[in-house]
Amino acid sequence: MDMNQYLDVFVDESREHLQAIHENMVRLENDPAEISIVNEIFRSAHTLKGMSATMGFEDLANLTHQMENVLDAIRQDKIQVSDLTVDTLFESVDLLEEMVESIISGGDGKRDVEGIVKKLSSIEKGEEIPEQQGSASSNTLGDELDEFQKSILQQSVDQGLHPFTVDVQLEKTCMLKAARVYMIFDAIGQLAEVIHSSPPVGDLEEEKFEDRFTVTLISSQDPEEIKAKISSVSEVDSVKVNPLDLSTLDGTSENESEAAATVEAVKSAETSEDKSTTSEDKKTKATNNKTMRVNINRLDVLMNLFEELVIDRGRLESIAKDLNHHHLTETVEHMTRLTSDLQDALLTMRMVPIDQVFNRFPRMIRSLSKELGKKIDLVITGGETELDRTVIDEIGDPLVHLLRNSVDHGIELPEKRRNAGKQEEGTIALTAYHSGNHIYIEIEDDGGGINREKVLQKAIENNILDEATAQMMDDHEIYQLLFASGFSTADTVSDISGRGVGLDVVKSKIESLGGTISVTSVPGKGSKFSIELPLTLSILSVMLIKAGAEIYAIPLSNIVESIIIPKSAVMKAHHMPVIDFRGKVVPLVSLKDTLGVEATEEDKENHSIVVVRKGDSMTALIVDDFIGQQEVVLKPLGDYLKNVFAISGATILGDGKVSLILDCNDLIK
Amino acid sequence: MSEMKTVETEIKAIVFQLIDEEYGVDVHQVRSIERLQEITRVPRTPAFVKGVINLRGVVTPVIDLRSRFDLPEAEHTDETRIIIVRANELEVGMIVDSANDVIDVPTNTIEPAPKVVGGIDAEYLDGVAKLENRLLILLNLDKVLNPEEIIALREFKEKGE
Repeated sequence: MDMNQYLDVFVDESREHLQAIHENMVRLENDPAEISIVNEIFRSAHTLKGMSATMGFEDLANLTHQMENVLDAIRQDKIQVSDLTVDTLFESVDLLEEMVESIISGGDGKRDVEGIVKKLSSIEKGEEIPEQQGSASSNTLGDELDEFQKSILQQSVDQGLHPFTVDVQLEKTCMLKAARVYMIFDAIGQLAEVIHSSPPVGDLEEEKFEDRFTVTLISSQDPEEIKAKISSVSEVDSVKVNPLDLSTLDGTSENESEAAATVEAVKSAETSEDKSTTSEDKKTKATNNKTMRVNINRLDVLMNLFEELVIDRGRLESIAKDLNHHHLTETVEHMTRLTSDLQDALLTMRMVPIDQVFNRFPRMIRSLSKELGKKIDLVITGGETELDRTVIDEIGDPLVHLLRNSVDHGIELPEKRRNAGKQEEGTIALTAYHSGNHIYIEIEDDGGGINREKVLQKAIENNILDEATAQMMDDHEIYQLLFASGFSTADTVSDISGRGVGLDVVKSKIESLGGTISVTSVPGKGSKFSIELPLTLSILSVMLIKAGAEIYAIPLSNIVESIIIPKSAVMKAHHMPVIDFRGKVVPLVSLKDTLGVEATEEDKENHSIVVVRKGDSMTALIVDDFIGQQEVVLKPLGDYLKNVFAISGATILGDGKVSLILDCNDLIK
Repeated sequence: MSEMKTVETEIKAIVFQLIDEEYGVDVHQVRSIERLQEITRVPRTPAFVKGVINLRGVVTPVIDLRSRFDLPEAEHTDETRIIIVRANELEVGMIVDSANDVIDVPTNTIEPAPKVVGGIDAEYLDGVAKLENRLLILLNLDKVLNPEEIIALREFKEKGE
């Protein structure tokens, strides 16, 4: 069978399930007693197991299977949710994610899962709490039997049969355990009726047990005879047959009347049924959310078509303007409104909640804080804020870096915090929210803040600036130094940050997404990194300008201001033309010269200037004319023209002509 | 039998002119043939890159094939065409003097290109086909559209500056 056609579905779904497991694990960690969460995780793990087994990803299937066992044991109250359990489960999820990622990138998804599977199985067997096992076993059996089985047991006792529990221990070296189990069940079948087995028969048949299992049965035979019969099966190490005292099952005392016991049993059956239906309801509500899965490529096709529509709209607008025909103008205006609504609708379709990215952070912070001996509470708000998929895919790494930075440099050690009169536990707040056409993501810690002097000192050490300039800088400018390349304030290079990738990488990543990042800090109180991102990457607001006869688009996010200055205001610094822009000396660049545009004979008294910025550095571009602001569709130049200087892409204007979009980062020195 | 053989051993080629020579490219590599339209110049690219055009919503780069082969450039006329080709997973338009024919070229008429044909380096050619009374020069588009060369040329140019 050709599995490739199912691979996409598999990848999508497993991602979804892993996501769900992750989310629920975080919830479980905060609320370890909540069985419904365990159930949710169990369900996801179970589906994942089935899918990976079908697709032939054995390691995935193995690991999920063992996770399932642990979760099942928790459900059945055999073991408690402990830190170790949560850690190990998280570890498993990480490994699963790794495997799925490997499958996505065309790998075979194979990983060494043996270690973790062992760890899980020892957790499942409750080896961290060994004393519970013996005494709890009979109670467990009571819980394991359903009401129907209990009533059968009760009835058979009434008919003079004897209930037993049989503990079978196979030899450690037993090879075909399932076959052995079959033979044992066969042997039992001749003498007794099996009511229940633990683990369940299905698992026994699939060899999903170590070497020991328990069977509950009813028989008219002597226990010794049953024992002898089972022992006759080879490779059985030992058999224990114990008469079962039904009264211990429900924990009801013997002198209570049977009728009462039955009533009790029925009642509890009802309540448990009620419970299960309500949770079932919830589940159906959640999954029946009337959503459908659409391949992202199809959305891209739709987006491309829409982009053409936007271009045609622009064309119609300019035609209508020229013709000045009443009805035409009206229709075009209506169409404009429609298309902008359509654009909104399309964009929302591509939006995904940032939760997807945020979800992994609690886990990360948790292990980081353990590693560093810090106490940290991560508070996430606004996880439901939606972002375009293209941005979501890219934003994870920078955020990881910033959070690591906050943990490592921001939050102080508990002792230091106590001495400073703060709570031992530091707080990192990760916040996302929407405003206008932008998304804001903030990472705020209540740590020690940024040490201004230390930053300056490091910057001077690294030759990023000289002492004289350092004296002139205000706090804001100093903090921006953190983003300079090759900068790290860490005294020692720790494992967590200072691996040679600094905040400069974060910054350039965010800028490549059309966003900006800034930092504020109050010494002793903490610091805050703020990221501003556009909602989508494919449609952007630009200012159209003319250089000679050519029209270029400058992204509005790069523009500080457009101004007109008299030519006499141009000054020279080191033989380079500069202007004074709001008290700052800004280099002046002729766009025509830089881009090699054919000179047009124009000698105006004034310069039309667009001041653009890259981070904190600014450049003034001389242009010939401002045309105006417009929303354009970003189009790639294609692979043939890769990395063209100062051009980040192209767009098609209303008249059908191609216009290039300037990449201001290249123009700013 | 012989008919079968001819079917298998022919390629369909789009024929176009540069100066006074006839060239051919495999029809499978040709997307469309367009009339000349407004080209937006892309700054700081090699001289043979004329810029980009709007090809039904897709921004497509256009090169001047004469200038690509260091032949003298000419004024564009009514006959001038842009052949949109696809090779190396790239889609590029090539400006040619004219394009007006599709012919079947039996593969047994194709000979390796001589060292110099009309000034074009042999490495850009797949060979030369001799047909009854015409000579068809078959282009190796993978080489002609090699983007590495653009980068190499650009670096050369920047060093020169």
